[in-house]
Amino acid sequence: MPLLEVKNLKTYFFTLGGVVKAVDNVSLTLERGEVLGIAGESGCGKSTLAWSILGLVPPPGRIVSGSIVFDGIDITKLSEQELRSKIRWKRISMVFQGAMNALTPVFTVEMQLSEPLIIHKGMTKKEAREEVARLLRMVGLDETIMKRYPHELSGGQKQRVVIAMALALDPDLVIADEPTTALDVVIQAQILNLMKELQWKKKRSIILITHDLSIIAELADRVAIMYAGKIVEMGPSSEIFTNPQHPYTQLLLKAIPRLRGPIEKLAYIPGTPPDLRIPPPGCRFAPRCPFAMDVCRKDEPEMVKVGENHYVACWLTQKGR
Amino acid sequence: MSGEQPILEVRDLKVWFPLRRSIKEILARAPVRYVHAVDGISFDVFEGETFCLVGESGCGKTTTGKAILRLVDIYSGSVRYRPTQLTLQELEAHGVSNEDGWVDIAKIHPKKMKPLRKELQIVYQDPYGSLDPRFRVKDTLEEPLIIHGIGETPEEREELIVKALEDVKLVPPEDIMQRYPHQLSGGQRQRVAFARAVILNPRLVVTDEPVSMLDVSIRAEILELMNELQKTRRLTYIFITHDLAVARYVCNRIAVMYLGKIVEIAEARELIDEPLHPYTKALVAAIPEPDPSNKEKLREVPIKGEVPSAAEIPPGCRFHPRCVAFEEQRERLKDLCPVKEPPLIEVKPGHYVACWLHR
Repeated sequence: MPLLEVKNLKTYFFTLGGVVKAVDNVSLTLERGEVLGIAGESGCGKSTLAWSILGLVPPPGRIVSGSIVFDGIDITKLSEQELRSKIRWKRISMVFQGAMNALTPVFTVEMQLSEPLIIHKGMTKKEAREEVARLLRMVGLDETIMKRYPHELSGGQKQRVVIAMALALDPDLVIADEPTTALDVVIQAQILNLMKELQWKKKRSIILITHDLSIIAELADRVAIMYAGKIVEMGPSSEIFTNPQHPYTQLLLKAIPRLRGPIEKLAYIPGTPPDLRIPPPGCRFAPRCPFAMDVCRKDEPEMVKVGENHYVACWLTQKGR
Repeated sequence: MSGEQPILEVRDLKVWFPLRRSIKEILARAPVRYVHAVDGISFDVFEGETFCLVGESGCGKTTTGKAILRLVDIYSGSVRYRPTQLTLQELEAHGVSNEDGWVDIAKIHPKKMKPLRKELQIVYQDPYGSLDPRFRVKDTLEEPLIIHGIGETPEEREELIVKALEDVKLVPPEDIMQRYPHQLSGGQRQRVAFARAVILNPRLVVTDEPVSMLDVSIRAEILELMNELQKTRRLTYIFITHDLAVARYVCNRIAVMYLGKIVEIAEARELIDEPLHPYTKALVAAIPEPDPSNKEKLREVPIKGEVPSAAEIPPGCRFHPRCVAFEEQRERLKDLCPVKEPPLIEVKPGHYVACWLHR
């Protein structure tokens, strides 16, 4: 049984301007010890998907239908109380985007890190302090840092603290939402190395959300590409990067400037992602797709298998096969 | 391109920001301490090229860009710029003297910069912050024309606005002109920012991280637009970025900055393929690439620790506390790196490096 199974999840935002279908009929599974990367442009619904899994969708958004089964429990059916005491942080934790803002400026590192330990694990302050020291060492920080306030730390140090915080209760699943986006390249490389090492030592399940496919390549076993609230392609990392099937994935990969090899002209995707209040009929990528056919503008393509664990929602692959 | 003549010569430019003194320091008449944001850099920019400043946050790359436009006060050094004949005459009318057609931006009074502003423009990183939300696109683009007295009637100005919008491929211009920034996408906003920069026919445009806030899928679109504008309007760019991979696609030459100093300058390909300075090597090694085999190995980034504060710059070579090469050859280098600042010297034609390993 997979650790996490999301089925036909729909998370909509009910705004005055209309219903924004941020996550629209998304299904995915995550095995134990697996790293799943979710990539897509801003506004494609990848963060909303993460919030849904934690039961943290902010109003006016809510989960409309579908199920999120985590280790046999349907999260969508739990009350806020149950979510808090049983699931959130203890079993599923999150590394939030922008470490600068994820820490409370008025608490020291020790206070912030020991809080979940005291509340969830019932540790005494002294026990918690020892555990905090262990956590800080684990993420490559000196334990003396625990007496400091967030403003006394550098960006990289803060991000390490945030990672330590997510791992504090030894959760089964960690959701990392743009964990390195605000960091400099050198620090980013160090944080990615840290995440790799932690993953090698202890196999956890990780959902890594980012717009940067290069970062996904560094960590993920499997990749899901999201576009306008839907997953358009999903498959093993090696397949997605070397043999992408969906035109969106292909263009995204060609748009990344590379450091090595010949300088080819970078591709770009003309136009902008659709307004999720009134998504276009048929395939949502059709208005920007260079290969769009009549059928694309009328009917929505189903996810079909194109290889080992490799699924694509595109009429092109369906016609060809 | 480097066969062209220089349009800008920066020599020993320093931009220091004074730190606020405590009451104790004031009473004790302690000297003012400074943040050495830019600490003595020199480079030339040739006409028609794209010159790149690369570095991590806090290295002084943005401050350099602003100093060239005289948007920050320059502590010392010179920023010599060669304006057109017409602008030179205007400058002279303002009482600004020139030397064989060159003016020193560092010495011009900020109030007398106006004639030069037409030739020197800037595009900022954040297209959400750099456009006035209460201005329609038309108002944004018309303002510089009014300030510089270009186009006498509203109709004439509108013609120029339409032309600029067409140049940045915002079509149909009549429709775009009436929109407010919130009605535009990120990519479109950045195009408006470029239209605003080029509407006065500038010669040198400083672009400060113009694509880093944009989605990958539209980055290439803006980079291509920059290339086109460069060709059609004969622009020279100073491109500021933290991303070497992006720099490789648009720049002719790259200068790498660290803590207010230029540590290496070279032709773009050469700098990335054969970096000489240990810091450049670390930067190149740190860039992630979309290759799934990277997952199997740790990325080796040959650098120690983190960037120190620009208010407390290490003595000698400011990179030495983080330098792996210094660590390895401490015995041999102990009288150099921690003591003397390495000069920027040409080690190969067009390849400059400031490192005691490459004397």
